[in-house]
Formats: sequence, structure tokens, C-alpha cells
Amino acid sequence: MDREIATILAMDGIASGAIYLLIGLGFVLIFAVTRVIFVPFGDIAAFTALTLASLEMGRRPGTISLVAVLAVLAMSIEGVSLFRARALARLPRALFYYLVLPLLPAGLVWFAAGAALSMPVRIGLSVALVLPIAPLLDRVVFRPIADASVLLLLTVAVALHFALVGLGLLFFGPEGVRTQPLTDAVFDIGGLVVNAQTLLIVAASLVFSGLLFLFFEFTLLGKALRATAVNRTGARLVGIRPAATGTIAYLLASLLATISGVLIAPVTTIFYDSGFLIGLKAFVGAIIGGMASYPLTALGAVMVGLLESFASFWSSAFKEVVVFSILIPVLLWRSLSLVSTQEDEVEE
Amino acid sequence: MTGFQLRLAGAAAILLLALVPVLLSPFSITLMNYIGIYALAVLGLVLLTGIGGMLSFGQAAFVGIAAYATAWLTAREGYSPWLGLLLGLVLTGAVAAILGAVTLRLGGHFLSLSTIAWGLAIYFLFGNLSMLGQFNGISDVPPISIGGFALASSVRLYYLIWLMLVAALVLAANLLGSREGRAIRALRGGRIMVESLAIDPFRIKLATFVIAALLAALSGWLYAHMSRFVSPAPFDVEVGILYLLMAMVGGMGHLLGAVVGAAIVTVLKNSIQDYLPLIAPGASGQLEIVVFAVLFILLLQRARAGIVPFALRYLPALWPSAPVAAASLDRRPQPERGKPLLTVTGAMRRFGGLVAVNDVGLELRAGEILGLIGPNGAGKTTMFNLITGTLSPDRGQITFLGDDITRHAQRRIARAGIARTFQHVKLRPSMTLLDTVLLGTYARTASGFVAGALRLDRAEEARARAEAMWQLKRVGLAERAFDLAGNLPLGNQRLLEIARALAADPALLVLDEPAAGLRAGEKAVLARLLQVLKAEGLTMLLVEHDMDFVMGLVDRVVVMDFGSKLCEGTPAVVRRDPRVQEAYLGGVA
Repeated sequence: MDREIATILAMDGIASGAIYLLIGLGFVLIFAVTRVIFVPFGDIAAFTALTLASLEMGRRPGTISLVAVLAVLAMSIEGVSLFRARALARLPRALFYYLVLPLLPAGLVWFAAGAALSMPVRIGLSVALVLPIAPLLDRVVFRPIADASVLLLLTVAVALHFALVGLGLLFFGPEGVRTQPLTDAVFDIGGLVVNAQTLLIVAASLVFSGLLFLFFEFTLLGKALRATAVNRTGARLVGIRPAATGTIAYLLASLLATISGVLIAPVTTIFYDSGFLIGLKAFVGAIIGGMASYPLTALGAVMVGLLESFASFWSSAFKEVVVFSILIPVLLWRSLSLVSTQEDEVEE
Repeated sequence: MTGFQLRLAGAAAILLLALVPVLLSPFSITLMNYIGIYALAVLGLVLLTGIGGMLSFGQAAFVGIAAYATAWLTAREGYSPWLGLLLGLVLTGAVAAILGAVTLRLGGHFLSLSTIAWGLAIYFLFGNLSMLGQFNGISDVPPISIGGFALASSVRLYYLIWLMLVAALVLAANLLGSREGRAIRALRGGRIMVESLAIDPFRIKLATFVIAALLAALSGWLYAHMSRFVSPAPFDVEVGILYLLMAMVGGMGHLLGAVVGAAIVTVLKNSIQDYLPLIAPGASGQLEIVVFAVLFILLLQRARAGIVPFALRYLPALWPSAPVAAASLDRRPQPERGKPLLTVTGAMRRFGGLVAVNDVGLELRAGEILGLIGPNGAGKTTMFNLITGTLSPDRGQITFLGDDITRHAQRRIARAGIARTFQHVKLRPSMTLLDTVLLGTYARTASGFVAGALRLDRAEEARARAEAMWQLKRVGLAERAFDLAGNLPLGNQRLLEIARALAADPALLVLDEPAAGLRAGEKAVLARLLQVLKAEGLTMLLVEHDMDFVMGLVDRVVVMDFGSKLCEGTPAVVRRDPRVQEAYLGGVA
């Protein structure tokens, strides 16, 4: 391997690391606020990429029917629970949030598909279309069991992932897609050839994780989310509704997932089931970072990206083995350094 | 239902299982074989996840290691399947021991997520090693044969599979009723409770993990020789998740849940494959997994505990048999009355900038009751944690029976003869009172996992049960020995904790605010019990808030305030001390 190849691999690795960072942050965000390890999170990113590709090819993306079905389901569940609570006055509001708002982009895409759309419009439509999926899934699947154990929530999340992958195959077919590059520009920095696409990915990752940080640090809503993460009962006592903060967490995390989907689509071939591995690698990055601090999570995500990129150069067949086994020495190191500060975990 | 009726029901079930090949079609027998093989792997998960509280998605990888080991050894190298079984068990056990040693110290979610990671790593390894045929797998795996009699047909294999499953169920049930099995069931109570009983939680977790992996290995061996072909797909993490779903459907906390769950999922999957094409022709392949997943989500939303606990509600309760008469366990030589038992000198502990305990010393002589009192935030609980080993002091020395125990692990201190109770009771609500107290005898008994599973521990177990019954009688709970600990009111739960501590035959009993939250009547019962124990010569350290409760009981009092020792003496002296009055009442101006 010469210096040039190493540079290319390093840049590739940093780009995937940046994407893993966005998804990893989304995982942590949803888990902290709702205690759900949202396994289908990578699927959301993959669905965005596949939707974008469908629009590019002038097809109507299957995501429309998924959103429509979910919106109707969520609305019926919400309707029944409002009816039982004799709170039908809140029905119009529910109709707006659970039916109108998600169906609006779906309708737009339905009519716009097939027409020649510019790239920003396609991206905007794809993001808007996929965005409501996770919050709707939250309403339909997780809200009824919000008080269940983490184990049960995790198992449900895993089952949900299977359902989504099956639907993905139904909607998008088995072919892999790769979208048009967001930019073709190439920079030459001191003899180093840098793709503008790579820069864009890294910049987007930095900007959005920075925004997330500002949101949590400086807005009341961000603080409400953090309060829910620390103590749900306590948050409720001061007037925060955990269900509402949960929806916001899902929306924010979805935004991260859709953006990473848009970013990854031009550089990697995405299949209907690519989301699981992407999500898992993001999680490995988050674990390397201990899920404790944002800078460490970023470092972990970039480490996984680099490792993957170099491993695929040496032996593309074993790259997954390498990425997932690296976790074991990392965990060993963490377990040895954490022994004295272990908390007492009691399950009932 | 008595034990005899239960055995009768078990015999009937086994007879029915033996008749299955006569009653069912060949296709149903193949289905039964799959159910049996899945149930073995799921049984491991029930022990690990449902009972031990360690969530694993990697069970399928262990099934795969054994399946590949035996396929490679028999199809490629031409050895007997029985050697394949040996290789599969040894290899799986070794891999599980290494992975467990690395990951089992991690907290809950990290542990389960790491199982996904190494599960995937092992799966991709199968798919990429040319020695294992890469994604094409290994074909022409020979059938198992017993003395020249080849188990090639599904009917013949049926008996081997279900024989192994029934044997595994019996062994697992025996294990759970034994000393180490109780330790597995206690794991979910948290590290502090488990260590206070002289149990090493890491060792128990590792052993449970390896046992679960060995059950998976058995399943993998049978699988390889039944399907006569192995490829990576059946050992993917997705299948590991399927095993988990089977366990949850059947009922995570019950051994039989493994069989029920495996049966329901296998039959359901099969019927979805049969009926879906009729409803949705064309798209059935893709829809199958969707329908399956949706059904599961609905089930987990509606019946969280699974089918078996649900069904058990409609079955007659099992009448427990009273423990047989046996000699109690041997007692440790109690220290001579009046001899120094516990000495703390210059203990200091900081939390960041706060000095919670500052240069505190105290001495406890055998046979006396010492009260440690002080207002809120005085550092009593920290002092308590230093003595029991939950925390270690930054400075100072603690000696017990002449040994320096300052930096000893909690479980070592427990083994040395200090037993404790908790301010917020730490009991396993789903264990009976008898089992709870039996946990206390852990350090006084020695039977291991193998002895427990094979019931070689019966003599020791009978003595331990007699001991536990005696301790329950001592605290006045003998009539409720078979009730669940979670059904007791708080006062009785405190008494139960004392019985559990007494079952360890301690030289020193330390009680952390035993009267907190009790009603007047309950307090009186507790005080009477402690007086009886004192009369029997047991040394006690009482950390307490309630002055009236303490003063009537103890020989001497140590008063703490703001982390330091304020004064020490008999209750009468301490009561008159103006410093104590000031600390409690804020000064008489």
C-alpha cells in the first residue's frame, strides 16, 4: 500500500465514520429519552436512500404506501384512545398531527413523482416523506408499551426491524441503488486530492451534531428532553409529557437518519436491508466512545469507519468480521477500566 | 398438585412423546424434530436471559460453532459424529468462556449489544472461511449412528432429539433447585445483594453463559446431522433473535417456556408459509416475515410474560413437600465473649470534595450490640458500607477477627462472617421464603453446578433446608415458607432478610436501619427478635435513625455527626451528652 491509496482509504473511512456518527447520535438520543434501542434506525436511513433513488428514476417510491398505512393506523389508535378517554375535543388536533401532517409530503411525492425534479427538491421530498415514519412507529408500536422493560422494548424493536426489512423488499425490490453524486467537484489541497462529496459528508455531520449540541444545551425543549432522559417521573412532575418528548426525540433522530441516508446514497450501493449493518456499525462506534460523551462517540465512529475502509482493502471478505470483532478488545479494555465504578443494576 | 401427581403428569407426557411417531405423519415428525432442536437452544436462552437476566442475541452463533465443528470433522475429515459432538461441545464451551470473560462484566444493554456484534462476526467468519466452504457451506454430513444403527430417518432421529431435550430439561430443573441454581436466580437482584451472600456474581454469570452455549452446541450438533448440510444462514443473528422471540413467546422465566415457545413459533411459521400464498399470491415470500413480525409485536404488546405463566394460572398450584428432617449445617466457632471482634481505626472516605467519613474509629466486642446513630447525613451509611466492603476507605484500617479486611471484596468479607441486611430490602420477589433463606447458606455449603444438576447434592441440600427452616422459625415465618417473598409486607420482609443473614451463621450481624418504615407493631416484633438473638450471644452492629428503638436494645452507642465521631458510651451517658442533644435538636439556646 502506498501513500496515495492510504489517503484514499483514510478519506473513505472518515466519510463513513461521519455517517456512523450521525446515526450513532440518533440511537443514543432515542434510547436516552424513551429507553427504546431503536434497531430499525438504520432502516430509516436506507429507506431515505431508496426513496431518493426511486425519485431519480422517475418512479413512485413505495415509502408512500408505508407512510399512508402507518398514518391511518396511528390515527385509529389515537382515535380509539381519545374516545375511551372521552376527550374527543382533541380529535381535530390528533387528525392534524397523525394524519394530515404525515400525508402531506406523501401526497406531494405522489403527484410529483415522474416529473423532472431538481436535486434539492428530490432530496427535500425524500426527507419529508421518510421523516414521519419513526414517530408514527413510536405511536403505533412503542407508546402502548412505554412502561415495559428495556429487554421487551428491544425485542419489539428487533421484530419491527424484520417487518420493515420485509416491507422494504416489497416496496423497493431486491436491486441495490446508488444515487447521483451530490457534487462532482474535486479539490487539490497540497497534492492531496479531496472529493467535495467527502467534505460535504464530514461538514454535514459536524454541522448537525453541532446543532444537536446547541439544541440540548440552550433551548428549553432540549432541556426537557434531557430531563426526561434523566428521570421520567421527575420530568412528569415538573410538567413535561414523556410521550411528547419521545415524539420529538424520534423526529430529531429521524432527521439525522434521513440526512445520513441522503449522504450515503451516492457513495455506497444501498439495498433494502442495508440499514441493519449500517446501524450496527454506528452502534459499535457509539460503544467504543462509551456512549458517554459526544467527542468520544465521534472518535469511535470515525475509528469504525477507518477500520472498515482499511479492512476492506486488505480483505474485503473479512471486513465485517474485523469491524465486529474489534469490539471485543475494546469491551475488554472498558470492562477492566470500569470495574470499580460499576453501578448496581437491579431488575424486577 | 403434589410432587407425586407432578411426576405422574411428567410420565404421561413422556409416554405421549414416545408415541408421537405412531400417531403423527412423517411431516409432523420432521416438524417435531425442528421443535426439539430449537427448544434445546432456547432452553439455554431461558436460563441465560429469562432467569439469569443476561440478554443475548448470539445464541445462534453458538449453535453454528458446534454445527460447523461436527460437519467439518465428519464430512471433511471422516471422523465419527460422536467425536463431532465432543469437538462441538469443547469448542463452543471455549469460545463462550472467552467471550463471556470479556463481555459479562459490562452493564445490561452493552452486554446484549455486544452479543449482536460478536454474533455477526462469527456469522461472517463462517461465510468467508474456505475451510468451511464459505457461503456454500458443507454438504454430505453423515447421519449419527449408534453401534452401526444409523439414525438417518426422521423417526429414528426423533427419539434421540427428544431424549436429549427431556434430559436437558430435567438437568436444568435440578440445577435451578440447587445451590448454584439459586445463585443464578438471585443474579437479577443486583451485584450488592448477591455479593453480600458471599456469591461471586461474575463466576455465576460466566458459568450460566457457558451452560447456555453448551445447550446451543447440543442443538447445533443435532441440527447438522439432521439436515446433513450446514451453511451460514441458520446461524445469523436474525436466527438468534428468532430464538429470543421463541423464549419470550413461551415465557422467559420458565424452562417449559422454551419448548412451548419453540413449538408455537415453528408451527406458526409453517402455517404462515402454507396459508399466505392463498391470501396474497405473488407477494407471499416478502410478506411472510412481515406478517410474522407483526404477530409477534402484537403478542408482546398483549401478553408480555409469555404463554406458560398465562397457562399456569389455570393449573392447580404445586403443593410443596415439607423439608425432611436433617441435621442443621455445621456452625462456625463463635468468638469468645468480650474479645475484640471488629476494630475500625482512622477510617476516612471522600466523595469528591465531601468527606463523608472523617477519621472514625470504633471497636466492637463479641457478644455486644453496638448502635451507630446520628442525624441525617452524618455518614452512618458510608461507615456501614466501609465495614461491609461495598465501599473501600481512602484511609484507615478495618480488622475483623484479627484479620485486616480493609480492602477485601464484599463477598470475601461476607464469607469471613459478617452478614448484613439492607435499609431498602433486597429480596427476589419471585423466590419463596425458603429459597431466599437458603441463599444465605451459600457460603456454608459447597455443591457445584454438576452436583446440583445430577442431584448429587441431596444430603447437603437436606441439611441446608433444615437450617433454613430453623432460621425461618426463629424469625416467626416458618408457616409461610412456601409463599413468595414479594407477597410479604415490609415488616416481614425485614425479618426475612434477617433470617437470610442468620442462615450464613455470621460472627457479626450488621443491620442497616432495620426499623425504617415499620409500623409500631412491626417494630416491637423486630425488637423482640433482636433481644432473643442478643441473649443467644450474637454480636450485632445496628445503624439506626430511630432513637427509641436503639436505646432500648444496645449496650453501647457511637454517635456520628458530619462525618466525625461525636461521642461514644452507654445509652444513658450518650443521652445526657449536650453535644448529642445539640446535633439532634439544633442546640438549646
